[in-house]
Amino acid sequence: MTIELEGVGHRFGDRRVLRDVDLRLDEERVGVIGSNGSGKSTFARLLNGLLVPTEGRVRVDGLDTRKQGKAVRRRVGFVFQDPDVQIVMPTVAEDLAFGLKHHGVARDEIDRRVADTLAAYGLAEFRDHPAHLLSGGQKQLLAIAAVLVLEPEHVVFDEPTTLLDLRNRRRIGRLIHDLPQQVVVVSHDLELLAGFDRVVLFEGGRVVADGPAEQTIAAYLAMHPPL
Amino acid sequence: MLSLYHDARSPVHALPAGAKLLTLFAVGTGLFFVRSLPGLGITLAVVVALYAVARVPWRTAWGQLRPVLPFTALILVAQLVLTDWRTAVLVGVRILVLVLLANLVTLTTRTSAMITAIEVALGPLRPLGVRPERVGLLVALTIRFIPVIKEQADQVRAAQKARGVERSFAFLTPLLIKTLRLADGLGEALDARGLDAEPPRRRS
Repeated sequence: MTIELEGVGHRFGDRRVLRDVDLRLDEERVGVIGSNGSGKSTFARLLNGLLVPTEGRVRVDGLDTRKQGKAVRRRVGFVFQDPDVQIVMPTVAEDLAFGLKHHGVARDEIDRRVADTLAAYGLAEFRDHPAHLLSGGQKQLLAIAAVLVLEPEHVVFDEPTTLLDLRNRRRIGRLIHDLPQQVVVVSHDLELLAGFDRVVLFEGGRVVADGPAEQTIAAYLAMHPPL
Repeated sequence: MLSLYHDARSPVHALPAGAKLLTLFAVGTGLFFVRSLPGLGITLAVVVALYAVARVPWRTAWGQLRPVLPFTALILVAQLVLTDWRTAVLVGVRILVLVLLANLVTLTTRTSAMITAIEVALGPLRPLGVRPERVGLLVALTIRFIPVIKEQADQVRAAQKARGVERSFAFLTPLLIKTLRLADGLGEALDARGLDAEPPRRRS
C-alpha cells in the first residue's frame, strides 16, 4: 500500500506547476494542503495516472503510472471536487453499476455490490432517483460510493468538501476517516485533515512542509497569518 | 428518457426493454396507417389502460404529457387551417398516442435496461466498426447531462439578470465555456473510472 514519487516535476506547456517532488506515501491517511495554484490538484492527478509527470516517475504498489496507467487506475479511485462531472449515469443505482459493468463484472455480482453499497452509504431509498435531483451532499456521497463500489486499494480525493455545507462536510469527513483504504485527500478544509497521519504542504509547486497533521497545518497557518 | 423511471411491479415493467422499444416503433409506424377516428380512439383507450396496468399514478402521467400539449394544440390549429377538422383530429390524436406510449416506455423501463437493449440491437453492426458500448455510453451521457447543462444555463441567466441584463444572446458564450469545461471534467472522470479502453464483454 505505497505510493512513491521520485524526482517528479510537471509542466503544462511552458508553465511549471510541480518540481522536485520526492515522496513515499505509505501512511493510511495523507492530507495535501497549499494555496490555490500551488500544484495540489496536479499532484493528486499524478497519483492515479490521470496525468503522467513530465519529469520523474510515480509508482503505485510498484506499478509505474506511465507504463501501467490502466492497472494503476483500477487500484486508485479518484473523487473529484464537483460530483456533477463524476456521476455519468442518470440514476443512482445505474451510476454505481456503471464502473462494475465496464470492468466486466458478472450481472449477479453487480446487483449484489450495488445493493450492498446503497445500503452502506444510506442511498438505498434513492436507488432509482435521478442523479440531478440529489442534494449536493447526496451527490458527493454517490460520487464517493461509485468509486468505492469498485473496491480500490487507494482513494484520492480532490477537495471533496469544498462545495458542501457544514453538516455534509462532517458527514463526508467521517466517511473518509472510516475507510479501510489508504486515502490521500487534497483539501482546503483543515478540519477534515485534523488527525491525519501525515499532511504535505505545497507552495509554488514544491513540498515545503511534511509531517504529522498538527505540525504541517501549524506551518501553513504561520505562512498565512490573519490579515 | 431523463431518468423518469417510476418504480413499481407490473406486467408492463416486467417486459424486456427491447420488446417495449420494438412495440413503440411498430405502433409509431402503424399509427400512420390508421385513418379512422374510432380506430385511433380505441388505440388511445388501450394506451391509457396500459397506464393503469403499469400502476403509473395519473398525476405522474399528466406531468409527463402536459409539456407536449401546447405543441400538439399548435399543430392541431395549423392542420385545421390547412386541411379539415377530421385530419386535424387524426393528427392530434396520433401525436397524443405516440407521446403517451413513449412516456409509458420511459416510465416503466430503467435507463440501464434501455441502454442494454440499444447495445444488443447494435451488436450485429460490430463488424462494421460500430462499438455498441460507446453508443450506449453516449446515450447515457446525453440523458444524464441534459439537466446538468440546463442547470448551468439557468445559473448563467441568473448571473446576467443579477447584473441587470434581462435578455441577451451573450449568455451563450459563458454557457459554451462552462459546457466545454464540463466536458473536460467529464473526460477526466471517465478516465479516472477506468473507461479509457473498450470494456470487456460481460461474463454473464
